[in-house]
Amino acid sequence: MIRKQEVLQDVVIKFAGDSGDGMQLTGTQFTNNTALLGIDLSTFPDFPAEIRAPQGTLPGVSGYQLRFSSDRVFTPGDACDVLVAMNAAALKTNLTALKKGGKIIANVDGFDSKNLRLANYPEGENPLENGSLDNYEVIKMDVTKMTREALKEFTMGMKEKDRAKNMFVLGFLYWMYGRDMENTITFLKEKFGKKPEIFESNLRVLQAGYNFGDTTETFTTTYKVEKAKMLAGSYRSIMGNQALAYGLIAASQKSGLPMFLGSYPITPASDILHELSRHKNFGIRTFQAEDEIAAITSSIGAAYGGALGVTTTSGPGMALKAEAMGLAVMLEIPLLIVDVQRGGPSTGLPTKTEQSDLLQAYYGRNGECPMPVISASTPGDCFDVAYEAVRLAVTHMTPVILLSDGYIANGAEPWRFPSSNDLQPIHVKFKTELGHGEEKLQPYLRDEKLARPWAIPGTAGLEHRIGGLEKQNITGNVSYEPENHQLMVKIRQEKVDKIAEYIPEQKIDNGPDKGKLLVLGWGSTYGAIKSAVAELVAQGQSVAHAHLRYVRPFPKNLGEIINGFEKVLIPEINNGQLIKIIRDVYFVDAKGYNKIMGVPITKGELVEEIKKHL
Amino acid sequence: MSDTTTLPPLTAKDFSTDQEVRWCPGCGDYSILAQVQKVMPTLGIPRENIVIISGIGCSSRFPYYMNTYGMHSIHGRATAVASGLKASRPELSVWIVTGDGDSLSIGGNHTIHLLRRNFDVNILLFNNQIYGLTKGQYSPTSEKNKVTKSTPFGSIDHPFNPLALALGADATFVARTMDRDPKHLQSMLLRTNQHHGASFLEIYQNCNIFNDGAFEIFTEKGSKAQETLFLEQGKPFLFGPGNTKGIKLDGFTPRVVNLEDGHSADDLWIHDEHDIYKAQILVRIFDDPKIEGHLPRPFGVFYQTDRPCYEDVMAMQLEDAKARKKGDLDKLLRGNEVWVIQ
Repeated sequence: MIRKQEVLQDVVIKFAGDSGDGMQLTGTQFTNNTALLGIDLSTFPDFPAEIRAPQGTLPGVSGYQLRFSSDRVFTPGDACDVLVAMNAAALKTNLTALKKGGKIIANVDGFDSKNLRLANYPEGENPLENGSLDNYEVIKMDVTKMTREALKEFTMGMKEKDRAKNMFVLGFLYWMYGRDMENTITFLKEKFGKKPEIFESNLRVLQAGYNFGDTTETFTTTYKVEKAKMLAGSYRSIMGNQALAYGLIAASQKSGLPMFLGSYPITPASDILHELSRHKNFGIRTFQAEDEIAAITSSIGAAYGGALGVTTTSGPGMALKAEAMGLAVMLEIPLLIVDVQRGGPSTGLPTKTEQSDLLQAYYGRNGECPMPVISASTPGDCFDVAYEAVRLAVTHMTPVILLSDGYIANGAEPWRFPSSNDLQPIHVKFKTELGHGEEKLQPYLRDEKLARPWAIPGTAGLEHRIGGLEKQNITGNVSYEPENHQLMVKIRQEKVDKIAEYIPEQKIDNGPDKGKLLVLGWGSTYGAIKSAVAELVAQGQSVAHAHLRYVRPFPKNLGEIINGFEKVLIPEINNGQLIKIIRDVYFVDAKGYNKIMGVPITKGELVEEIKKHL
Repeated sequence: MSDTTTLPPLTAKDFSTDQEVRWCPGCGDYSILAQVQKVMPTLGIPRENIVIISGIGCSSRFPYYMNTYGMHSIHGRATAVASGLKASRPELSVWIVTGDGDSLSIGGNHTIHLLRRNFDVNILLFNNQIYGLTKGQYSPTSEKNKVTKSTPFGSIDHPFNPLALALGADATFVARTMDRDPKHLQSMLLRTNQHHGASFLEIYQNCNIFNDGAFEIFTEKGSKAQETLFLEQGKPFLFGPGNTKGIKLDGFTPRVVNLEDGHSADDLWIHDEHDIYKAQILVRIFDDPKIEGHLPRPFGVFYQTDRPCYEDVMAMQLEDAKARKKGDLDKLLRGNEVWVIQ
């Protein structure tokens, strides 16, 4: 049989199935396989809040979108080229995201009358048969049947056998994209090493899927995507939460501070707790607290004792931690509060992404309570930002808020990982003895950064008391003096503002320094803004992109950058939060583009929006 | 712990600070502060290794008056702050000073979780059965029908029995004492410190402004002997003027007997602080002294047992993990699946 191989530049695949169908695993495996070939990629997992919503229903659909390309990519793609639909509900919920003429790989068994009814298709209508998919290329496969067939010699129960059906699809896709399956075989071996029958059955089905593509004559074409031109170096695939955890471990190692994580499980931040709890051999203490408040206050206790205190959470947990954050501001001790944002308010959309908490991070505490805020823009960036947040916290003696979100927390990208030697050292100096002429410790005597000394219990001669009541300047004694309170409020503010002198200036990511329109972003909108602006810059438009890592304080040249443009557009996945602060600080008539649908902004919609302002 | 024998012995004065003590004159907190300052120098712990953590409330001003390390944290959270500190610095001697509102109302959750985890810390719960700092509302230990600022028609809340709560949370050391008995208070502080694990010491403390005389019946000379039962390990339950009364267990029910009526001390309940079943009954001796036929209120160590402490097991897990495979940052960052772009 004559087969041809077609070379493609850019492919978007969406794996969609029931939340028990293993779509996240299938997606991750295909992602790692792709990454190992040096192809650039970006992913977007999209799953329901329910662990196992009723099988076959629309709310039970779990999806994993992967874009891979021989060009650089910064978003998981606006629309899909290939949709894997394990059942009717998966097709129904994802069909609008499929390009016209795109491929649908449908598991026929997932389109029986029961599944069709659960997906709310009208009685007697099957989209695979009624011609409604004529604008697409439909590849029908009896995945369940073929999986069972492949496993007919196995003694396990039917339910167990059916669990391997995602491997069939994965095998088929590996064939379709001309892949080697080694990494998945290794993965299965590690995962099921102690259960040889499960390993064997998964492997058998994976191979069956591959062979199905290889031997069935209807499939005449395989596809190839070439390596992307990326910066030279060693790469691995990384997800945001994992990168964030690694950044913290690295900061603990490089600062010499043992790390203490106080955390209460919350979506989508829990994976940071899971990851860190595996690395006790780095001296990391993870404490699953009884609630969000205990999570942060235990971290404060640890930080008081000289540990690197960290707490991780999402929006609702942030709200619960607010009072304790105020305590940390008053105590002026280093602490890191990580908020992996999700849709709000209240329980909101736990598994969906939103840049929901910038204003909460800025203002959500009682009293005048300034704290530095730093944000991560891509999965790999979570590493650098976590590392940087720790540096700020320990060198400026302040709690720091780090904002990530569900999109980058669960998204993956190739990561040019650093060598530990390349990481900037983090210098920590505990106070060990009284200074010259000091009779007793002055806990609120400051250095040039306005940072106070970190004197930890166990240090003889430096015994002192601190607390949440207003502090007298320098001595730290309780003080209700009116002038002292005004002074301390101003000092605490100045201390945070002063950080601007110790962070890099803001850079323009792409486009001219001056011009018609500045698109200003923060956090996970990075990829969409970058791609959209790149497209318009290539067309010769006068537009530039600047992306903030430091959102409080702002880099000191940000005003200058903003003033170089006639207009400013601020796209956000919220109802307009950064825009309020930018307007407040720089008196600029910035315009917002706000998408509040629990999903990222796409490049396409942003290009259209930017054009309106040019 | 560092060698303390070469240092000049510390005195109570070494533990006081230059801060003016700001409790109301006549407050029971003064006595507790004095006893703690007296006991601390005798513990053989270097002053710099002692940390006192408090929450919010009158009692929580305590750290400011102790020349050790200390933190006056936020309402209800002293127990959680202390948990994080102790987890990361097991060698420190951590004391929590809290009140009935702080540890049983707003911070109730942290209290029970600290107890079940069994951090080796000492909880001094100053129970005055009232909210003092907010000027006189009822607390979770206030008796039913209490008229306060927030309960002009009497409180309808059923009060906590703090020791029963602590035992219910699997505390490993449960004891009660009172501000007006300095000797007993000192001996209980010593026991609290000796116990390796979470020690829960309830201290009856008089608030002479908002709840004066709440414990008078237990603390005043005229009624103390009749209304209190002082527990001693291995000793029979004797009380009353001249120890003429005793308590014996009738099945599971404690009953008062009169030794002058021919009952012998040998028939009485013999205190065994390591017996969890008896401790369950003992903490339930919590009768309202106004009720006819009530039992006397016990003071002393109700229960003590040894159970591994959270911070010790945590440290052990870390050491085990390090011994198995020392953390290698470059290996971690690299992972298992790497590709190189030239």
